Amino acid sequence: MSLSYSAQVVLAGVSLLGVAGGVVGSFALLRRQSLLSDALAHAALPGVCVAFLLTESKSSLPLLVGALVSGLLGTLAVTTLVRRSRLKADSAIGVVLSVFFALGIVLLTRIQKLPLGNQSGLDKYLFGQAATLMPRDVATIGALTAVVLLLVAFFYKELKLLCFDREFGASLGWPMRRIELLLVFLLVTVVVVGLQAVGVVLMVAALITPAAAARQWTDRLSTLLLLAAAIGGGVGVAGTLISASWANAPTGPAIVVVSSAVLVVSLLFAPRRGLVWARLRARALARRIRRENLLKDLYLEGERRAAPGALVGWSDLMGQRGQGRRRLSALARSLAASGLLARGSEGVRLTAEGEAAARELVRRHRLWEVYLARRLELPLDHVHRDAEVMEHALTESAVAELEELLGWPERDPHGRPIPRRQGLAAPPSPLRGAA
Amino acid sequence: MSLALEAPLAPAASSTAAPALLEPAIEIHDLTVAYGTQPVLWDVDVALPEGRLIAIVGPNGAGKSTLLKASLGLVTPLTGWVKVFGGPVAERRSWIGYVPQRESVDWDFPTSALDVVTMGLYGGLGWFRRPGKAQRERALACLEQVGIEDLAHRQISQLSGGQQQRVFLARALAQDARLYLMDEPFAGVDATTERAILGLLQQLRRDGRTVVAVHHDLQTVSEYFDHVVLLNLRLVAAGPVETTFTPENLQRTYGGRLTVLSQTAESLLRSGGRPRLGDEERP
Amino acid sequence: MSPALVIILVGSLVAASCALVGSFLVLRKMALVGDAISHAVLPGIVIAFLLSGSRASLPMLVGAGAFGVLTVLLVELFHKTGRLHEDASIGVVFPVLFSFGVLLISRYANQVDLDLDCVLYGEIAYAPWDQLKLAGQLLGPKALWLNGLVFAVNLLFVGLCYKELKLGTFDPELAAALGFAPTLMHYLLMGSVSLTVVGAFESVGAILVVAMLVVPPATAYLLTERLSRMIALAMAFGVASAIAGYGLARWIDASIAGAIGVAAGGFFLLTFLLSPRHGLIAKALRHRRLSEATAEQMLLLHLKAEGQGLSREHLGRRFGWSEPRLEATLTALTQRGHARRDNGKCYLTESGARFIEATGQELIRDRG
Repeated sequence: MSLSYSAQVVLAGVSLLGVAGGVVGSFALLRRQSLLSDALAHAALPGVCVAFLLTESKSSLPLLVGALVSGLLGTLAVTTLVRRSRLKADSAIGVVLSVFFALGIVLLTRIQKLPLGNQSGLDKYLFGQAATLMPRDVATIGALTAVVLLLVAFFYKELKLLCFDREFGASLGWPMRRIELLLVFLLVTVVVVGLQAVGVVLMVAALITPAAAARQWTDRLSTLLLLAAAIGGGVGVAGTLISASWANAPTGPAIVVVSSAVLVVSLLFAPRRGLVWARLRARALARRIRRENLLKDLYLEGERRAAPGALVGWSDLMGQRGQGRRRLSALARSLAASGLLARGSEGVRLTAEGEAAARELVRRHRLWEVYLARRLELPLDHVHRDAEVMEHALTESAVAELEELLGWPERDPHGRPIPRRQGLAAPPSPLRGAA
Repeated sequence: MSLALEAPLAPAASSTAAPALLEPAIEIHDLTVAYGTQPVLWDVDVALPEGRLIAIVGPNGAGKSTLLKASLGLVTPLTGWVKVFGGPVAERRSWIGYVPQRESVDWDFPTSALDVVTMGLYGGLGWFRRPGKAQRERALACLEQVGIEDLAHRQISQLSGGQQQRVFLARALAQDARLYLMDEPFAGVDATTERAILGLLQQLRRDGRTVVAVHHDLQTVSEYFDHVVLLNLRLVAAGPVETTFTPENLQRTYGGRLTVLSQTAESLLRSGGRPRLGDEERP
Repeated sequence: MSPALVIILVGSLVAASCALVGSFLVLRKMALVGDAISHAVLPGIVIAFLLSGSRASLPMLVGAGAFGVLTVLLVELFHKTGRLHEDASIGVVFPVLFSFGVLLISRYANQVDLDLDCVLYGEIAYAPWDQLKLAGQLLGPKALWLNGLVFAVNLLFVGLCYKELKLGTFDPELAAALGFAPTLMHYLLMGSVSLTVVGAFESVGAILVVAMLVVPPATAYLLTERLSRMIALAMAFGVASAIAGYGLARWIDASIAGAIGVAAGGFFLLTFLLSPRHGLIAKALRHRRLSEATAEQMLLLHLKAEGQGLSREHLGRRFGWSEPRLEATLTALTQRGHARRDNGKCYLTESGARFIEATGQELIRDRG
């Protein structure tokens, strides 16, 4: 679709804001200062109003300076309260946020009653009205965004050190407090950039939500910054288009709704951290454990009857773990399909392949029991339950290491033989006592 | 062992090699530190010899971590001073490697093990300069030294507790320091890591480095360390383990906390350490 | 009733309700959950409006209450996935709910008799004229009834569950062990906060209600150590803010709700400076006394450590103190007999040595 010049101007401004917000918001997210940035945004409102009262001008530059000053004051107030009073961070943020905002509202309503006030357009600083952006505003936004991005690029290493391990940075001799101040300055600048488009009330979401969404897709800080910038810019454009086509809805809320949708999708479907995949992985694991348990039960039954590979009746199996008949036969069917067992109407038996797999499980189980009993000196009646879990989790190399550590034991603490990797267990011998 | 240990030592290592025995690694004089109005160290006066493994031992809140932080210049003392190899801390930063407590950082941070180790080299880089290939190779060598070079590109939250501790140690190794300050390096690590860390400390000692570690496990103090500092707000005693780590001194350090004492007395009576196992390494 | 009295009464009821539940929010370090709820009830109110087609109070209470609890659940859900920290969870949840509400209002502007200004700072000025009608009878201002009801419910809740709330606030584990159902209390409290927010919504708006929820309890927290006294003080500060705020708004002709928030901020600032125990000034004085005492002890410790007489120049260099401070410290010590001056040098006396030893011992004993 073709856009008018003024629409292009607006979109340029909003996407610039999204880029700057995503980048700086990522640092706020990682420093766990999401809500400090909320307070900082609210604190900008009285500054805008005071600047208007002083200059009576509608041009954005003096208003932005006012916002910058009062945003910094708000941050300073929060830090002072946290350091110098017994209030915790949450209350300090709550106090500063609401009192600064109340002051802003008082000034705003006062201004609206002035002769000039009705055309002041200060309303747009509450929820943002991107449509009011003029080319001159966008130039200001562009300049500020450029400053922010350049500073981040220059001080990337230092900001990373601050966010990951402030104290270690200090031990290297870096002036961490100054770097911290730099970050606050960046945050306030972005808030100021975003005022006209998003407004003070929802600024926090423009900072945090794209960063939180980007975080799900990557484990590298540099990629996180790029992604957050891309998401921020993208949702800015999308939100603006929606608000323009939708009965003059304010831009801020539209942007927030779009970016939250991106966040939810990221939380659910991002490749490694996605909750959907985590759920699927958990289900696959539970299924594997059920399969392995059935194999092992069959093996143990064979061991008990001293007849490896014996046919075990359905009712015997159902007794083992209290599983229903239907579930059990579904499990047996899938194991039979993998060639691990043979099943008939009266019961099931392990194939040679299944026998080998089951033997390995029993081997891990019993080795782990030996380890617990010998090295942790756990009583015998405590070792089984833990081994039930570990038998499914131990890797081959861990088992080999364990075996070496324990000196290749032949029996578990209950006196039962530990199967060898290949071939059958050593024959029980009364001369070799239990470990 | 790897390249890192054969590489030249910290800047002044060769020049001060001779008087090293005379000059203590850390000299703490008259040190009093308070957080707000609450004193956490009171009139501590101690010298720690170079080339030893030194444990700082004491009950919770005894000021152990604060002693380390004061030695790093991270806290401003009310009175007293700390000298590191005969000079003020600010001038000796590049000689000191630091291993903070593992819980002090957010391990969900989006960064790799290699990246964290590279941070140990930031001190030599200065403003603006990014770590390059040389720094990454150096960091990889340090990871190799702690035995987890294969995990270099793994995100740090996917490491087990023991592996995370190793990453921190590798970061300190990257600093190539003469003096290592470690805040509870053995806390919450598995048995394999504990052995590996101990091996590393002994290697550092063989290379003439000094290690000062806050240590919680009284049972292993005499097994792992040469020298001990017993601390409870004030200095209770400091000296070689054999003469200083005595039940009487522990009694004075821990006051009437009998459970701790009886355990320790028991372990002191036993010869040799009893094998202890923590959580097993996660795959 | 005069309009001014109605406005002040409504403001006071709102303030008192908020102070009751807000005190627990502040103590539970959940002030920002209150902030989140106050934003997030907006869509509930708008939806209730759209469905019922009127400003009837009951549907609004239900809608807002539902969204309040939904906010808490969503924040916990996001947090529990392990993918977001708690502060980030709050920071992403409430803006989206609030945005949803704002979008609904602008979409259905002709059907919803709410405007965005009202969302932000309410219309308490109209409270006297919006009368409750029942069976053709005028029963007085609706806001008064609504907020009176909310206050009564909150009072009943806190009164009945005081012990449970208190224990759950200070020691949730013990509360759970004693069977006080801290989780249930948590959700009841959150429900109560939502209810309070709805009641306050029409009067002071969705955002300024945070000022009432957090600021007076935070002020009270700087003045007392006791929960019951803190709640009482918070309510007193809230009511005082309502009265002062109304006066301020009349005087400068601005938003009443905003002025109430500013007045609450004013009380907070005064308390932060002047509180006898936790105030900035009292603390500075205490710190000065302490640093004098510490300076004396430091000097003694140093004399002891050096084990010889030390010159003024040495001491001045050593501690980096100004000349008057060094002089004051030396004078105090000689007067007390802990040190003596002789031939331009300063020596530790026996009583000084005993004093410093005893101080060290005492410090250790104090620590238990």
